[in-house]
Amino acid sequence: MFDSTENRMTIAAAAFCLGGILLFVGMAGIALITQTGESGANGLFDAYIWRVTRFTLLQAGLSTALSILFAMPVARALARQASFPGRIWMLRLMALPLGLPALVAALGLIEVWGRQGILNHVLSAMGQQPISVYGLFGILLAHVFFNMPLAARLMLAGIERIPAEYWRSSANLGMGSLAIFRFIEWPAVRGLLPGIAGLIFMLCATSFTLVLTLGGGPAASTIEVSIYQALRFDFDPPRAIALSGLQVALTGALLVALRFLAPSPEEGQTSGRAARRFDGLSRLSRLADRTWLALALLFVGLPFAAIAASGLQADLPRLVSEAAFRRALATSAAIALPSAIISVVMAGLMIRAQRLLVARRRREMPARLFAGTIGASTSFILLAPPVVLGAGWFLLLRPFGDVARFAPFVVIAINALMALPFVHRVLAPAMATHAARTERLAASLGIHGFHRLRWIDWPALRKPLLMALSFALALSLGDLGAVALFGSQDLATLPWLLYSRMGSYRTADAAGIALMLGLICLVLTVLGTAGEKQAEGRGA
Amino acid sequence: MSSLALSVKDVKVRFETAALAFDCAVPAGQFVAVVGPSGSGKSTLFSVIAGFETPEAGDVRILGEDMAGRIPAERPVSVIFQDNNLFAHLDVATNVGLGISPSLRLGASDHDRIEEALARVGLADFGRRLPPTLSGGERQRVALARALVRHRPLLLLDEPFAALDPGMRAEMRGLLSDLHREEANTILMITHHPDDVKSLADSVLFLDEGRIVAHDPLDRFLARRDLAAINRFLGNDEIR
Repeated sequence: MFDSTENRMTIAAAAFCLGGILLFVGMAGIALITQTGESGANGLFDAYIWRVTRFTLLQAGLSTALSILFAMPVARALARQASFPGRIWMLRLMALPLGLPALVAALGLIEVWGRQGILNHVLSAMGQQPISVYGLFGILLAHVFFNMPLAARLMLAGIERIPAEYWRSSANLGMGSLAIFRFIEWPAVRGLLPGIAGLIFMLCATSFTLVLTLGGGPAASTIEVSIYQALRFDFDPPRAIALSGLQVALTGALLVALRFLAPSPEEGQTSGRAARRFDGLSRLSRLADRTWLALALLFVGLPFAAIAASGLQADLPRLVSEAAFRRALATSAAIALPSAIISVVMAGLMIRAQRLLVARRRREMPARLFAGTIGASTSFILLAPPVVLGAGWFLLLRPFGDVARFAPFVVIAINALMALPFVHRVLAPAMATHAARTERLAASLGIHGFHRLRWIDWPALRKPLLMALSFALALSLGDLGAVALFGSQDLATLPWLLYSRMGSYRTADAAGIALMLGLICLVLTVLGTAGEKQAEGRGA
Repeated sequence: MSSLALSVKDVKVRFETAALAFDCAVPAGQFVAVVGPSGSGKSTLFSVIAGFETPEAGDVRILGEDMAGRIPAERPVSVIFQDNNLFAHLDVATNVGLGISPSLRLGASDHDRIEEALARVGLADFGRRLPPTLSGGERQRVALARALVRHRPLLLLDEPFAALDPGMRAEMRGLLSDLHREEANTILMITHHPDDVKSLADSVLFLDEGRIVAHDPLDRFLARRDLAAINRFLGNDEIR
């Protein structure tokens, strides 16, 4: 497109952002690689590391399988029973875990499944031995809690894309419930499975907070948690370095596998009107569907109810007036706000620069490379989990004095990077539509610079920008991964305070903090994702 | 020879898969229909004239002035596209006002001009309406009103009626030809409809495969039978 000073400045600013990202990630990587020299590589891949790797893959595989197996009948029931009262609320409930900080969810799950929980009350009433929620069982519970609803929503979207005529034909042909599943529903879902399974496996293999809180010991530790333990407790940098390398190799392999084997699943228009179906009316199918829906409702809903119930029992007014709580709230805000703003500004600049570069008719090699790097950077960030980045910077900054002094900046930067892929997903489509509608028009009328921002860009992009900001805020506020390595008295965010209260068995306080943190993050996430579909559909 | 409104000389535009070359000269005050099959380069020709694309070679002159290095807003050109001519979140008067001042610094006399222009296109009292509440034809008329207040000697219309029904097209044709007479400007209009060509154009530019293959006065163009692509456009195949 037409080169102007303004466009060149945008591209320069985006180059600056990209350079900053590469530098930040690269420095961490270099720190990890160079410091390996400190001690010999001997014994790095000892039995412990192999055990941790095996467990990481085992729990991720089991979590994926269980999530998908549970999601399938739930998605089917939701698709088949298209008009029961409360269906829309059920769909909304299925979207909620996405916005809940992992630590808050862990607390809710302990309330339901833990020693004092509902399950063990039932068991002890029947004279059975109590079950412990800690270990593999708890990790699987938590991963299924987060990922079953995700899988069910993606499958439901797939089933709802089936043309309405199929249901008429199948009714006309007299196809039974099993035949409909085999010939209509399963083929639609089957194509989505590799993508869904890959996504869930990735999420579970890199899950940190849930494993940290529910793993309950070295027997059930994943690579990420081991990195944290190696640095924070054993102070064994070589081991942390070896583990970080392993983690990056694992996530890298998974990303490559996902890219080539499984297209990422699309959500599309779910929760809208479902096609009218003529099956699922028999007493047996209705009973089966209701049972699955009730199970899903209890499984997903109970932890939320438990968080609310026990949170309300806590002495909230005292908690809110406590100095530690207020400091944590202020710290959280002071970290989340800058990191969310940085994330949104970087994403916005990079999306615009990428468009400017791609729109050029003759794309010179450097420009093409640059545009490609911007595009890849959002997924390439997933390669370096927060704990790995944190470990690199931890080792890098150690020679310069107390790591805690630099901690806020590192945590802000890590949080900003972590939010980038999500912010990108919210902003990119909105900015693309906006540019397609207004770019040439604004150029031909000579509207540029501040006036363009004020009259053209801001009114149309305000909503997606605020949504992205809200989503980034929620991610940053609920994060424990980056803070865990650096957390101290001076850098106690809300999740950190919650984690330490849980650790010191101040359960009532923990419940109260969890309720408030959960509410803040849920509200921000709902704001951040709600208008996503309307925002794109505005026409002139 | 009367003065030229537009001259495009030896202009070459290369895309990754296609190379286009344009040559033409349009006398001031003409209404030129730009026709040709899809993908023949009509929109690219407009992009080059309006400054959205920079050609590899050749020069574009408007009213004798070289356009090289001039950004779109600095060219004496107004453009109306098929759709999305208005900013959906700004009301009609503001959209027209952007044609007077891109930074929306408007005085009392400017507001009067906006009102006049809107009245001229038959949209008096539409100033406070938002574009999504208007019909397709009304939106295109607002775009025309903005072209009126901009007062540029060359007006490029890129299929401005494509989204309108036949009755509305006829009405818009009437309005456009009135405005052309009053303004005495030069108009280039891309269209797919022989009706538009016959009732509006003084001359016809015909493009095929990235070249301007014919530039004839209307009568001669309509009488041509020598080019297959033109026969196809005019429907001459069916007549014979």
